[in-house]
This record gives sequence, C-alpha cells and structure tokens, in this order.
Amino acid sequence: MKEFNFMGCVEIRELLGKSADNEQELMELIEEVPVDSIYYHTHSYFLRHFYITGPYPNDFANWAAIQVRDRVLGEKLGILTPSSEKDLEDIRSELIEIIDNHLSSIKIVPGVVYGQAFYFMQSKIIEVPTGPSVSNLDEFYQALKTVDASAIYNHVFEARLRDRRGRSDFSIWLDEVLQRKELADKFEKIDSYMYSLEGLRTKLIELCKQEVEK
Amino acid sequence: MSNKNNITLDSYREIAPKGTIDLAYCLAEHLKGKSILHVNSTKLGGGVAEMLLRLIPMFNDLGLKSRWEVIAGTPLFYQTTKSFHNALQGQAQAISKEMYDEYIKVNQQNIEKIPLEADLAVIHDPQPAGFILKKPKLAKWLWRCHIDISRPQRKVWNFLKSYVSKYDGAIFSLPSFAQKLDIPQFLIYPSIDPLSDKNRELSSEEINSVLNKYGIPQDKPIILQVSRFDRFKDPIGVIEAYKLAKKYNDCYLILAGGSATDDPEGLQVLNEVRQAADTDKDIFLLDLPPDANIEINALQRIATIILQKSTKEGFGLTVAEAMWKGKPVIGGAVGGIVVQIIYGQTGFTVNSVEGCANRIRFLLNNTEVVTELGKRAKEYARRNFLITRHLCDYLALIDYLLSK
Repeated sequence: MKEFNFMGCVEIRELLGKSADNEQELMELIEEVPVDSIYYHTHSYFLRHFYITGPYPNDFANWAAIQVRDRVLGEKLGILTPSSEKDLEDIRSELIEIIDNHLSSIKIVPGVVYGQAFYFMQSKIIEVPTGPSVSNLDEFYQALKTVDASAIYNHVFEARLRDRRGRSDFSIWLDEVLQRKELADKFEKIDSYMYSLEGLRTKLIELCKQEVEK
Repeated sequence: MSNKNNITLDSYREIAPKGTIDLAYCLAEHLKGKSILHVNSTKLGGGVAEMLLRLIPMFNDLGLKSRWEVIAGTPLFYQTTKSFHNALQGQAQAISKEMYDEYIKVNQQNIEKIPLEADLAVIHDPQPAGFILKKPKLAKWLWRCHIDISRPQRKVWNFLKSYVSKYDGAIFSLPSFAQKLDIPQFLIYPSIDPLSDKNRELSSEEINSVLNKYGIPQDKPIILQVSRFDRFKDPIGVIEAYKLAKKYNDCYLILAGGSATDDPEGLQVLNEVRQAADTDKDIFLLDLPPDANIEINALQRIATIILQKSTKEGFGLTVAEAMWKGKPVIGGAVGGIVVQIIYGQTGFTVNSVEGCANRIRFLLNNTEVVTELGKRAKEYARRNFLITRHLCDYLALIDYLLSK
C-alpha cells in the first residue's frame, strides 16, 4: 500500500520592490505582479499565523481595513475565498473586480494617511521531508497530532492551489489509497480559510478521531 | 556546537516550536559539507556580531562548513561607513570624495587578505559590500542589509547600489526596506536568542537581586519601556501617557535606557526626561550600562505591561524580547513594531500619547486580557522571532540558491 509521507515546508519570502499607498495603486499592481504574489498574499498568511487568525484571511483585506482604515473594502476582500474551481488568475480577477467596483462607488480614492503602504511580495516554498511515513488511518491520525504545522499548510493549501492538485493531499490519499471517500469528503468540506493552522489541525484530528472510533 | 555556556543546537529543542530542530536537520541534509562564508565589520558588540556568534556554531553543528571573517579598517574608513549608515537611514550627510576613495581602498586591501573561497557568502551591511568585486565565479553571494534603508539618501545609495546589484540576491529585515533592484530581494526577520542572558529564564534570586539593586517595589502594576534615551523612542510621550493613565489607575513607570555618556544628544534627552518625570516618586529612570542584559531581562519579567512607543524604528527587537517574556506590548505603529504586534492579539499598536494611555488603562483594568495577550505574544515570538526560525530561513535560502 502506498504510504503517506508528511512533508513540512519553509517559505522563502521575496520582496518585489513594489508598493501601493492607495487602493487605486493596489488594484493596478495586483494586475501586474506575478501570480506567485497573489498566492503569497492570499495564502501564505496561514503559514505566518500558526496560532492566530487575523481579522480577515488575506493580506489585501487586512491592509484595507487596518492600514487604510477602509472597513468596507476590507470586508469585501475578506470574504474572497479561493476554491478548487478557481486558479490564481481567477483570484486575481476577482480581487481586481472587487476593488474596481468599490472605487466606482465612492468619490475619493482611499489611501494610507497614518498607516503603512502595501508591499508586494512573493514566496517560494521549500518542501522538507520531515516525515513520518504512515500506512493506515490510525498512524495518520497519530501523526497529525505531532507533525510540524507547516506540513498541514503544505498538504492542504499548497497542494490544492499552487500545485493544482484540486484537493488536499490528505483527501487524495484517504480517498484513493485508504478508500475512505466519506472521510476525504469531510476533509474537503472544512472551510480551511476560516482557521489558523493549529485550528485546522484540531479540526482534522477531530474528524479522524470520529472515523477511528467508529 | 559548544560555547562558553555549553549551549548546543539541541539545547533549543524544548524552547523552539515542536519539530523546528528536526526541520533544521532535514533542511541541512543536502547542504552537508557546503562552505559558507560570513563577512562583517566587527567581531564584538552590536546585533550582527551577537547573531553570528550563535548562528555560525549552529550551521557547523548541522554539518555545514561555516566561517566568519571580519574586515579591518582605518579611522577614516569607519567614519565613512558611519556616515553611510546615517545617510542610508535618511539623515543628510556630507561625504567627501576622499571618504568614498577610502571606502574603496579599504575594501580592496581586505579582499586581498581574506580568503573568499566558499560555496556561498553572506556579506553583512555596507562596510564590506565592495568585496563583490572579487566574487569567485561559481559561488553565490548575498548582501545582508541589517539597517533601515526605506528612505536612503540617494547619492550614497546609488554608490552602494553599484556593488549591491552585482550580488546574487539581497536580504532585508522588513518589506519597506526593499529597493528597486534587478536582483532578487529576500525578507528575513531578525531574531532573539532565547538562551542569552537577555532572554533566558531567570531564578527568583536573580530577579530579586536586580529589584533590590534599583530599589524597585512590586506593590503596584509596573509599566516598562526599555530603550536608549533617544527622541525617536519617545520617552517624553511615554511619561505623558503614564501620567494620563495614572489619573485613573495607580502604577509605576520604569524607563530603562542605555548609557548616554558618549552621546551628547542622549544626555540632553535624558535631562529632558528627568524634567518631565519631575518629582514623581513612582517613575524610575534607570541609566543602564550596555551589558545590563540580566537587568533588562529581570525588569521585563516583573513588568505588567511593556511599551515601545517609538515614533521611528528599525525592526525594534525589544518588542520580541518583551513578547518572549509573555507580556503584552503597546508599541508605536512604526517600522518592525507592526510586524511583531498583532493588534488586539499580542498587544496594541498606537499612534498617539492618548492612544497609549487608553491601552494602558484598558490593560490595567483587565488583568485576564493581560494574561491572554501575553500568552499569545510568547507563542507568536516563539514561532516567528527566535534564532531557530532565523536558522531555518537561512538554510532554506542557501538550499534554494545553491540548487539553482
């Protein structure tokens, strides 16, 4: 039987040297930055906040709400939820549309007065074979409790979107190797963007526990 | 790795987040035997030397061949690089042609003396940036900038940029420090060492001895700011905020600053602070020597709330130090403080004296929030600002560059 090898990850953060002081500039730069930058600002957030979930689950929303103090745009961007049906270009288009619609509805362009500019970044993820390797549900359940939280990020967020596997590595393995489709579906139904990594780990463990104790 | 305190990489296992040391060993697996050279301008004193003193043995423990070289300069060279430092941080500086020539000459002399063979070199700060002219063809070289260059004086930056743009990459400490460069620019936050005297656990005897030494009572909540007596750290604003809060909540204020004896402006600020404190017996002004690490550690551990009310700041690692002691921090919303304080989660960022006073009052009246924020602050610091995270960031970047 094919084992599941847990892989942790480390993020290399790259600065693009581009920044926005107002929402118009933000929109224009979202149009031109590499797609890895869109990924960084909508996903790596989780890798940087293992324990704490901020007001919104992406950097654009938090910047609008906290630095520009435009709560309306913050709320609109905060609801943006990537899914397996969308690729990163879809997310980019959605971001642009939200900001464009928002700017069309107001007379002045909100910008930072006391806050900080938005600095565009992108990231490269280095996978690290931290292990362990597991071959059944019980081992998988035990491993989930102890692996580095970066492994949760790598197998859930990286797998789904940047590696274009559509589902998390966990769901694919549970479904295709262990033939536990029901559990795999439950994993996919978790609203991952609403948890910190540790919160997500707890949720995954809870679902595994229910299955193990069946 | 061993040093005078017998600290090894494995000593950090119980302190770093679960799995971090194993992650470092896994990351280093492909890098075993690779040679890494660090070059800076001083072996003793300053944050860079402190960091290298701990990081280099860690790299060697992991099987990399890491070495550290220090350049030798002339008084004019150091005067020049000090002026560079100030100019890059935005202060107007007059730098003569003779000074630029001295920079070039000293770099050339050092390049001839220092062996540069290594798979990868990290050149720290502007002083040895000129080493790039002798970069071996196959090696990868990084320029590590530890200073705030968000608003550099253009002439000096353009001079330095002619060297920096020849590197394989640059590393900055904050996103706002990034420049328009044609080379990749990476972000690595600085870190604190949880086993150093400034951050390690202290016994109650050690803490009491510091309290006795400075005559600090503990019968009221303590507000603390640790920083040089420097206008950008806003010590007067701290006193004003304390006075506003004290109208409603009794507390002590400790302002613990670095020695100001060699800094005329520092002495002037200290005198202004003394005047602002006036005859208030609940304010303690401590002019500490530069090596007062255990004293600072003890003060942070007995404080109820820690302030870093700066109006301009580089990274501001005193915030991470305070967070590591499990304290909520109220900090000015500038520089690296906003990266360290997650508003309402690990502390509060503020923009005014009034904002600072409000947050002091709120925390003094909500002790359960103080405990909760402090707990989160410690975990956030553990994950993001310890030297073990810094080590993993370096390993990942080295691996990435050497495998390109």
